[in-house]
Amino acid sequence: MKLLEIQKLLEAEVLSGHEHMEREVTNAFAADLMSDVLAFVDDKTILLTGLTNPHTIRTAEMMDINAIVFVRGKKPDEETLKMAEENQIVTMTTKNIMFVTSGILYKKGLRGANIIHK
Amino acid sequence: MIAIQRKYSIERRDFQSAGQVSSSIKKIMKQVGVNPEVIRRVSVASYETEMNIIIHSNGGTMEFSIGSDYIKIIALDRGPGIDDIDLAMKEGYSTATKDVRELGFGAGMGLPNIKRCADDFDIQSEVGKCTRITIGFNL
Repeated sequence: MKLLEIQKLLEAEVLSGHEHMEREVTNAFAADLMSDVLAFVDDKTILLTGLTNPHTIRTAEMMDINAIVFVRGKKPDEETLKMAEENQIVTMTTKNIMFVTSGILYKKGLRGANIIHK
Repeated sequence: MIAIQRKYSIERRDFQSAGQVSSSIKKIMKQVGVNPEVIRRVSVASYETEMNIIIHSNGGTMEFSIGSDYIKIIALDRGPGIDDIDLAMKEGYSTATKDVRELGFGAGMGLPNIKRCADDFDIQSEVGKCTRITIGFNL
């Protein structure tokens, strides 16, 4: 699914990475806990989170996540968005809560990212 | 043969620059042309290690080296040391404080996740002195 489509479905406002909206994602991972985000394995994953501090962007950078949706209408500060731009990460914000955001995207075909159990 | 070697200093509770070391390491690996799958494993392990030093220790260093067939990271802190390593390695066990949890960390997944990502993993600790974590990746 293209990020443009995700933006429309969620009626989201794009905050960074406007020029990368043609990117495709196939999986999603929803969490407010970055420790858990660091444990999944799939490529082309979009992160859904309510956590807006710089560590969200750092975590995404480390995981090669290049798209983040902030739920519940949350927006990071300027510094954090600058970090997202530098790392070419698309960020957007939706007024939907995490559950509704996940439901909308799941219904349209996005699937959950796999985590490793060892 | 060691092609590139870097040593970074990490300060206790320095949440402001948290992740910068791992970001630098990731850039080096990209420049050298390391396989993306390995880059991700090293990046996650390195980031978890860096956060551990910031959250739990009195500060320390991280040493990164990359040779033709191996990547090695050695993290050495200035204490306070881990009393029960088996317990610290257990998924979900955490001594992180509330402020750390509010940042999205402290789920007790750090050390197990580092071990999972690495090909070689070793942790040594002496209470009151230091903790040393050595992680290796085959290229």
